[in-house]
Amino acid sequence: MRGFKTIAGLAVAGCALALSWSAQAADPVRIGAFLSVTGPASFLGEPEKKTLEMYVDRLNKQGGVQGRKIELTVYDDGGAPDKAATFAKRLIQSDNADILIGGTTTGTSMAAIKIVEPAGVPFISLAGGIDIVEPVKKWVFKTPHTDRMAAEKVFSDLKKRGLTKVALISENAGFGKSGHDQSLLVAPNYGIEIVADEVYSPKDPDVTAQLTKIKNTPGVQAIFNFGFGQGPAIVTKNHKQLAITQPLYQSHGVASKDYIRLSGDASDGVRLPAAGLVIADQLSATDPQKPVVAAFKKEYEDAFKSEVSTFAGHAYDGLQIALAAIMRAGSSDKAKVRDEIEKTSGYVGTGGIVSMSATDHMGLNLSAFHMVEIAKGDWKMVD
Amino acid sequence: MLESSIQFILAGLTSGAIYALVGLGFTIIYNASHVINFAQGEFIVIGGMSTVALMAAGLPLPVAIMLATLVTMAVGMALAKFAIQPARDADVVALIIITIGASIFLRGIVQLVFGKDIHSLPHFSGETPLNLMGATLMPQSLWVMGVAAALILVMAWFFNATLAGKAMLATAYNALAARLMGVDTKWVLLSAFALSALLGAVGGIVVTPITFVSYESGIMLGLKGFSAAVLGGLGNGVGAVAGGLILGIVESMSAGYISSAYKDAIAFVIILVVLVARPNGLFGKKGIDRV
Repeated sequence: MRGFKTIAGLAVAGCALALSWSAQAADPVRIGAFLSVTGPASFLGEPEKKTLEMYVDRLNKQGGVQGRKIELTVYDDGGAPDKAATFAKRLIQSDNADILIGGTTTGTSMAAIKIVEPAGVPFISLAGGIDIVEPVKKWVFKTPHTDRMAAEKVFSDLKKRGLTKVALISENAGFGKSGHDQSLLVAPNYGIEIVADEVYSPKDPDVTAQLTKIKNTPGVQAIFNFGFGQGPAIVTKNHKQLAITQPLYQSHGVASKDYIRLSGDASDGVRLPAAGLVIADQLSATDPQKPVVAAFKKEYEDAFKSEVSTFAGHAYDGLQIALAAIMRAGSSDKAKVRDEIEKTSGYVGTGGIVSMSATDHMGLNLSAFHMVEIAKGDWKMVD
Repeated sequence: MLESSIQFILAGLTSGAIYALVGLGFTIIYNASHVINFAQGEFIVIGGMSTVALMAAGLPLPVAIMLATLVTMAVGMALAKFAIQPARDADVVALIIITIGASIFLRGIVQLVFGKDIHSLPHFSGETPLNLMGATLMPQSLWVMGVAAALILVMAWFFNATLAGKAMLATAYNALAARLMGVDTKWVLLSAFALSALLGAVGGIVVTPITFVSYESGIMLGLKGFSAAVLGGLGNGVGAVAGGLILGIVESMSAGYISSAYKDAIAFVIILVVLVARPNGLFGKKGIDRV
């Protein structure tokens, strides 16, 4: 009787073990995403969502990651930081996400950081602000270039052309404001002197007053505009209207064909830093990014019949870095995955070549940007 | 520095004429019902967006403008019919809140129908800037000012010389008495929204070449237009235009002479000061409540 009990006990234990094994094998990799699919940042969030869904779907059809399906949960935070924090909490606590991707804007990412850091869940942000990874936070990584890098790229191009007295005109909110602060910070490193500093509101219909002031400032050799959406197009049009001769620089915030379409021939001669994805067909054949960006551009544009944007690329990079880390870790154990993300080295993505370290949770350097000039309504790579 | 002063004024006139044109749109519905229609900004967007879409479909600009105006008027009438009329017994504040809800709803619809991109229209008379003593102005700004001026004249004529216009004013003043006098007050509300939508659409179409249009551009334009209308005196067409021009010129003068960082603040301080001194706006008549 006693022996029977032992055998029965063993059998039960064995069954339980087998059950848990099979559960382990079928257990999907849970990716949680919170994106600004609607609201003011929707033109960033929507392509990000479409990209994540398309590639997760495609990978699942190919059998998933190491035999495990990928389960993607996307929430729309509408661009509101408080909602982003709520969704981050829900993804961690109710949806048992193994890793979080998202935070379309710097605001939503910063709000989520307060949740993911104490919870100890790896988080890859898709927003530009440098505050996300500086100072380095244990669980937080990001894929896009920072506004500081854009300013550095512009200033190094100006220095090369011998233009050192720069007038800054920036949007007085969000992206433009942060870019403005970073520009002031790094300008001295390149021997650049900011001789005029003007701002405008995101929806101002006319900025000729600010540009006239810049025009009358003695010694201005170039104008640098940091903004997003329609503002930079209005700056560009007014720059032409006033027949200002100093060259105009824009930030990477306008590196899309929409900007050229809106500002028309006024955009001729404007220079801006852009990621390889924007000028995929102009990259030299030896550029390591060429095959990656060309393939992504083609897949995205075939699937959605609309021009690929760098934001879609950030989501693609985030997903690839996350999955590669999970594969290297051999499981979705949060601490191991975090360590593997930090060890990402030489990943060739749409944003550049990513090599992270314990002190650098973005892993991009200035080579990720190309300086482009607009000529006849198209990009022309100058550097 | 005369050249810069002129440029600041021209910049102010460009923005000011846009605010004025938007501000005018608030006038008609206010006159017909004392409701401030916060969906006015959405009329502007629908006008601009429909024109963009129709032109993209291959229609010439004038035809696209006509059709877009009709589309916007239909939206305005639907808003009156399905949102305002069912609540006609509610007080004015409730109706104003309904228009806020309607504006959010319409913004969502525009986003679904036309997408999230920012669009533009070609300038009506080319993009060669006009030179005025060294300062420059886009010909499109003249279009905006001209259309605003024409609309004031038409509105003055409508409210003062036509039966329909007088019926509208009478309804706003006392709906019951107007009904007893044989005014079809339902029709008045419907046509007030149709006309407001027409004004919004025309405004939206004329300003789009300068300001561009996206599904959410109605928020800021609506707010600036509303400020213009309040500054000039709600319900007064001339007031709305004067308010808009003042707002625009104050903004550009502050940006030019003081600091672009404070231009919006300065504009709002001036509005507050004016409203403290004249609560009914620069051109508004003192409201009298009979007990």
